[in-house]
Amino acid sequence: MLDFIARRLIAIIPVLAVVAVFVFLMLRLTPGDPAAVIAGDNATSDQIAMIREKLGLTLPIWQQFAIWMGDILQGNFGESYFFKKTVAELIAQRVEPTLALAICTMVLALSVALPLGVIAAYKQGSFLDRFVMGVSVLGFSVPSFVIGYCLIYVFAIELGWVPVQGYTRIGVDFGGFIEHMILPSITLGIIYVALVARITRASVLEVLNEDYIRTARAKGLSNRVVLMRHALRNAAVPILTVIGIGVALLIGGAVVTESVFGLPGLGRLTVEAVLSRDFPTIQTVILLFSVVYVVVNLLIDISYTLFDPRIRY
Amino acid sequence: MSAIVPDEIVDSASIAAASAKRRSLLALAIRNPSVIIGGVILLFMLTIAILAPVLGTVDPTRIDPASRNKKPGVEITYKQEDGTSAKRTVLMGTDSLGRDVYSRVLYGTRVSLIVGAAVAVCAVGLGLVIGLVSGYVRWADGIIMRIMDGLMAIPGILLAIALVSIWRAGIVTVIFAIVIPEIPRVVRLVRSIVLTVREEPYVEGAISVGTPTFILLFRHIMPNTIAPLIVQATFTAAAAILTEAILSFLGIGIPPETPSWGNIMAEGRTLFRVFPHNILYPGIFLAFTVLAINIMGDGLRDTLDPKMSKKV
Repeated sequence: MLDFIARRLIAIIPVLAVVAVFVFLMLRLTPGDPAAVIAGDNATSDQIAMIREKLGLTLPIWQQFAIWMGDILQGNFGESYFFKKTVAELIAQRVEPTLALAICTMVLALSVALPLGVIAAYKQGSFLDRFVMGVSVLGFSVPSFVIGYCLIYVFAIELGWVPVQGYTRIGVDFGGFIEHMILPSITLGIIYVALVARITRASVLEVLNEDYIRTARAKGLSNRVVLMRHALRNAAVPILTVIGIGVALLIGGAVVTESVFGLPGLGRLTVEAVLSRDFPTIQTVILLFSVVYVVVNLLIDISYTLFDPRIRY
Repeated sequence: MSAIVPDEIVDSASIAAASAKRRSLLALAIRNPSVIIGGVILLFMLTIAILAPVLGTVDPTRIDPASRNKKPGVEITYKQEDGTSAKRTVLMGTDSLGRDVYSRVLYGTRVSLIVGAAVAVCAVGLGLVIGLVSGYVRWADGIIMRIMDGLMAIPGILLAIALVSIWRAGIVTVIFAIVIPEIPRVVRLVRSIVLTVREEPYVEGAISVGTPTFILLFRHIMPNTIAPLIVQATFTAAAAILTEAILSFLGIGIPPETPSWGNIMAEGRTLFRVFPHNILYPGIFLAFTVLAINIMGDGLRDTLDPKMSKKV
């Protein structure tokens, strides 16, 4: 097991290396002088020269990469050109809403999608099954920001149940925090529900034909126990895989959802950084999200053995 | 010379068999109800896109300060180019610059369909070539797949955002930025097919009669990838249309004066509380188009690629 974890850890090194090279080259791939790009349209030639010096653009490219990589590994992500503070500070400030949104969405989506998928599989071909499948195609097709605005219009503007936009820090006012999280979590959760419900239905369906399900029924176990303990657990591996892949959707969706609901998170920061061409921030955010995505999928890989002891590494 | 003769026989036979199979599969596919429903909606959207100028629209970029923020169904006085003014009912209202939302939505169909089609074709085309090489050329495989793994580790929309931040904004940039994150998926699909097919007896047969690698790849191996790639292309097109709308909505996609569904919604954001129609109408069009392509993709997958349909 430890051996497997070690091997998987080593395997993610080339993946992250490719990400790092890409993120590094991002700025160097810009047409023209990157220093001029960073400095903006109104910069004097002195300012451009200073930035060029700072970025070490006069050095050979592999040396530039080595210096940049060394800085990153020491946690030095550079300074934001636009916000005038270090990128590390900026990210620390903005991480809470995004993390909160991701966790709320995950909890909400899984607690809806798993039962829905299992029931759809159990009642295959029924109205409920068709309804779940139909809604899941819809969930893939309606963009999250359209869903978000519809929810805002109905629940925040017409009914006035929840605030329209904004964010309250979890430590400041917990009730306010929950109020501000409800609509964004539903908005972001819909595509995740669609994804997970579909795969849950498919993989439970496959398991339901197995002999041990018949045996469990023959023993007189209740439907709930058969479905949840015998069927769902054995169907867990493909579901976990999709949950892991879905994290990419969650991250992409967070960028949009935060913009719709005015949450001051990392997604919003990404858009602000792109609009102001703040490359150190863009680079760091992409690097950070990619590392999170890779690590989550690594953890999921490792967790397979918890759900299915037949898997040995 | 003798090497050429059996080669020709093998070729013509396999091509005839493959194309007959393909024809019957396609015939089956167009009778699938999901494909028909999706196809009809998509055809409707395509008609709108082509006929946009004659469907009672005005110039979608025309700014008219006199008739800003009109609700749907309101009658406005519209100044024509010759100086005379005419009455006109704005079906979907106007935006905060007085542009006609109905015209913008209809013209926006063009942008979305072009982006969807272009991304699907480019991603599948590039992915096919890279996948064939990766699956067949052993020494290239390791390098290519490491790069693909790295690209897949960056969440798609984020990668697209990063790419549009580098280049000047424009429709070609947006298409390219959406294509790159889609390529690794196609490469993996093609590569896995190549790896199974290359062990087949007819491929060994073709190798043994001295078929050049290039011909081997394109004539004997590539036909096996067509059915799954058609399915993949439809889903890619749907995702691309959504991503374009998202990028434009965030203000980092297609330049804001171009009428695209994402841009109309981005413009409507600020006054959403009072004038929700600016988001509602393009949203409905967007959802229907993507839904139609996804339904069609599901149907195509069921008929063209039964092995895949069992998985999901």
